[in-house]
Amino acid sequence: MNLTLRVWRQKNSQDKGHLEIYQANDINEDMSFLEMLDVVNEDLIKKDIEPIHFDHDCREGICGACSLVINGIPHGGKKGCTTCELRMRNFKDGDTITIEPFRAKAFPVIRDLMVDRSSLDRVMQAGGFVSVNTGGVPDANAIPIHKEISDKAMDAAACIGCGACVAACPNASAMLFVSAKVSHLATLPQGKVEREQRVRKMVAQMDIEGFGNCTNYYECEAVCPKEISVKSIAMMNREYMRALVK
Amino acid sequence: MSTVQAKPVPSQAKVTFISSSIGKKIFQAVTGSLMFFFVVGHMLGNLQIFIGQDQLNTYAQALKDLSALLWSVRFVMFVCLVIHVWWGIQLYFENLFSRPIRYIVNTTVQASLSSRTMIFTGGGIFLYVVYHLLHYTFIVTNPQYAGLHDSLGRHDVYSMVVLGFQNGWISTVYFIAMFSLSYHLTHAIPSLFQTLGLNNDKTKSKFEVLGWLVAIVIFVGFSVIPAAILLKIINLPEGVL
Ligand code: FES
Repeated sequence: MNLTLRVWRQKNSQDKGHLEIYQANDINEDMSFLEMLDVVNEDLIKKDIEPIHFDHDCREGICGACSLVINGIPHGGKKGCTTCELRMRNFKDGDTITIEPFRAKAFPVIRDLMVDRSSLDRVMQAGGFVSVNTGGVPDANAIPIHKEISDKAMDAAACIGCGACVAACPNASAMLFVSAKVSHLATLPQGKVEREQRVRKMVAQMDIEGFGNCTNYYECEAVCPKEISVKSIAMMNREYMRALVK
Repeated sequence: MSTVQAKPVPSQAKVTFISSSIGKKIFQAVTGSLMFFFVVGHMLGNLQIFIGQDQLNTYAQALKDLSALLWSVRFVMFVCLVIHVWWGIQLYFENLFSRPIRYIVNTTVQASLSSRTMIFTGGGIFLYVVYHLLHYTFIVTNPQYAGLHDSLGRHDVYSMVVLGFQNGWISTVYFIAMFSLSYHLTHAIPSLFQTLGLNNDKTKSKFEVLGWLVAIVIFVGFSVIPAAILLKIINLPEGVL
């Protein structure tokens, strides 16, 4: 298949950036979106043009490194799918595809399609952990946890922290990400100790980082490659109120 | 490559419940619901026009006589309105600035149109409330209403309403305002439950349906009065004007 790509090119964080048009020819429809970009980059290198910079790591949908807003939708719009898992068969021969970086004040562009998502890491540092005493490694099954509870925690723990929720939210809010972390840990007994502190600190850090405010658009849920539900956000709102009265 | 650097934590102290994004949401939800209850009460009051002139004027007089209650409700509504509008505007701009560089291609996957137009429907309602107060409460725009009295010497609210809505322009503006209000509610009501943490996967679509049902009731409940007046189902009593 042959495609026309409109790709955001930006030399560095200071550069204004612009869209550049490239042809992607002879693309195999079984390739992933990132492999398609690899092919385009090979071609650019041969032509002595700087290749397109983009984030990637595992390429199997588990690390959360890949990003990209493809035709206006983070990760391309295939349900429960990261960009690295998105296959070219989802596009048609002759399509024009616009590729932009994740856009948010809290996600400054580093170069081309690469953005700095360390704001999410700082939110995690503010409270996205459980404290354990030093010493021997605790036994895996020392604390009995009901299956339903661990399932519930796992629904939220599936978050890979890619930031697509922020990119999709018309307000660039990070509520789905933060709520996934908060509800994951608040559900489990290990996380109960720092429960109130955690939600307070993570929300505060989220606000400081310059993410927008949630107005319940639910665009985040629609693009989340791990299909995290907005019920996590409801739970975080509950946790936040609980922390206020505790 | 960027490296992860912890920002100093102390700045977090500046984020209080009220200034936090969740706190503001909760305030919007609470002030919004209080105003919603007022709107429902107002609607039930209005509908008494169908019983007749005497009933509506008696009701209006009774409200006036309960002046302590009336003024406390007015005061609470005023505070709610100010907070709701002020933070609505503030949130709108904060959210706008959270994405200083916009997307070239914008695709909406599932956000409803009503959720994306809250600031506009809300703005419409606010402007209408100001006009409405000038029209019927402070009687500034149509001063001739002030002299209307019924046979018992009470302020003739009934005739005032009928006279007002016999004017096609006033009724049209009213229909538009009630549409804005109802459309605002289709997002506001499900949103309220989400914000207060009372939502989950099972209830989500039910609250959305509830939002639409309530919106329809509110729209019909208010619009039926000017409609009845324009269709001459409700007429001016004998001897007025
Ligand atoms: S590269 Fe790891 S999730 Fe896509």
